[in-house]
Amino acid sequence: MENSSYSLLSSEADSQRTLYPYVTGTSVIGIKYKDGILMVADMGGSYGSTLRYKSVERMKPVGKHSLIGASGEISDFQEILRYLDELTLNDSMWDDGNSLGPKEVHNYLTRVMYNRRNKFNPLWNSLVLGGVKNGQKYLGTVNMIGVHYEDNHVATGFGNHLARPILRDEWHENLSFEDGVKLLEKCMRVLLYRDRSAVNKLQIAKITDEGVTISQPYSLKTFWNFSAFQNPTVGAEGSW
Amino acid sequence: MFRNQYDTDVTTWSPAGRLFQVEYAMEAVKQGSAAIGLRSKTHVVLASVNKANSELSSHQKKIFKVDDHIGVAIAGLTADGRVLSRYMRSECINYSYSYESKLPVGRLVVQLADKAQVCTQRSWKRPYGVGLLVGGLDESGAHLYYNCPSGNYFEYQAFAIGSRSQAAKTYMERKFETFAESSRENLIKDALFALRETLQGEKLTSTICTVAVVGIGEAFHILDKETVQALINEFEIAGEEAPANEAAPEDQGGDAQPGGDVQPGAADQGPADEGVAPMDI
Repeated sequence: MENSSYSLLSSEADSQRTLYPYVTGTSVIGIKYKDGILMVADMGGSYGSTLRYKSVERMKPVGKHSLIGASGEISDFQEILRYLDELTLNDSMWDDGNSLGPKEVHNYLTRVMYNRRNKFNPLWNSLVLGGVKNGQKYLGTVNMIGVHYEDNHVATGFGNHLARPILRDEWHENLSFEDGVKLLEKCMRVLLYRDRSAVNKLQIAKITDEGVTISQPYSLKTFWNFSAFQNPTVGAEGSW
Repeated sequence: MFRNQYDTDVTTWSPAGRLFQVEYAMEAVKQGSAAIGLRSKTHVVLASVNKANSELSSHQKKIFKVDDHIGVAIAGLTADGRVLSRYMRSECINYSYSYESKLPVGRLVVQLADKAQVCTQRSWKRPYGVGLLVGGLDESGAHLYYNCPSGNYFEYQAFAIGSRSQAAKTYMERKFETFAESSRENLIKDALFALRETLQGEKLTSTICTVAVVGIGEAFHILDKETVQALINEFEIAGEEAPANEAAPEDQGGDAQPGGDVQPGAADQGPADEGVAPMDI
């Protein structure tokens, strides 16, 4: 691990650097709502264009106050979880009543991601970090090149293009839990129709001052009976 | 304390289970000029006596800002204190960089205490000869800690270290129960009174003392000489009596204090007026 930092271009180091992702997760969406944060992600792990793994948990709690969701390389997400585990362990070993809040975790992750990027060995992920501490809601994102920001609603990957426009129109302060879930499901349904790496098995997570809960996996109802899909070739002779 | 055959190395125990070098280091703190600290729920005040070696030289700096939310007052070997302040500043800024938030005071003092402990268990080191009063604010409120050369640390409502600190402690022992709810102004006044106790009758002026405050919404800063002198004048004019502890942070000295009692150890006029006798020094 140490020698990779010495020479950026030597062949010895190359075999240890991330060049491309192998098993990837697709979008994660997070929104602030009345009592805290809601986050949603499907359970798919794609191997290139194959939808290979269908029970990948891409959201995990961090410490007492935060929740992390990841898209991108799954093995790098597992590495990040190890870093966070070490971080929260050391934090609680102080045994002094202090605990890391979501803001601190987000900034720590930003430092990690940016530093890896500077060494040309990125963790190939886009992360969503949400949480509540002492009544303060926090929602942020950071990606593999270290770009980081906070907002009332964030998304990764395709979610940025398909979900955030919906959220810009329909998100408002003090969403109820039910409305928040409906909104996220609406976004996930669009992603399911339009993102080829999406799978129809998702989890929704909520985090409030009381703690984190991640739902059991479930599926969305989809509708394929659009008239345009009946007799699709009626206007094009010879096509299939 | 007398010299004995077990006091040469810090790594030598005495048969009575004492580490004399550590105790000698604590003596160095007792010989330094006084520093006091007190806290309310929302503010911490640190104050120190700054004597210059001669009229020609400048005063020694004994209060250091560590971060916007933490400051430290030292007594003892000020060079050691400076080095530890630099360490504390470094820790605070590194934490801020990684976590974008303020280092909790309780963590900083533990790190400081562990650093001091190392010097009590290495034969090639010596203990730091400085006591530190660390005052700061974090999510869990206002805190005042005392860090000792031995590596111990304690949290206090009010404390004093250095020479003649016992006089200040005695004053504060009478009044500390009022500090938690005290206003910022009364807290500063109490600090100045306590500091005056350590001067044994010498006149308190802003040229020989330093006062610093940190509070909710108020970054740690050292009060300038004019402000300090104005506060000193205010309570000396009021007949050298302790201020009443009603929340009345006015700046005109029009409090009808029945003056006349000019004992250097001022009579207490707190609301819990249980027949407190005038303090004799």
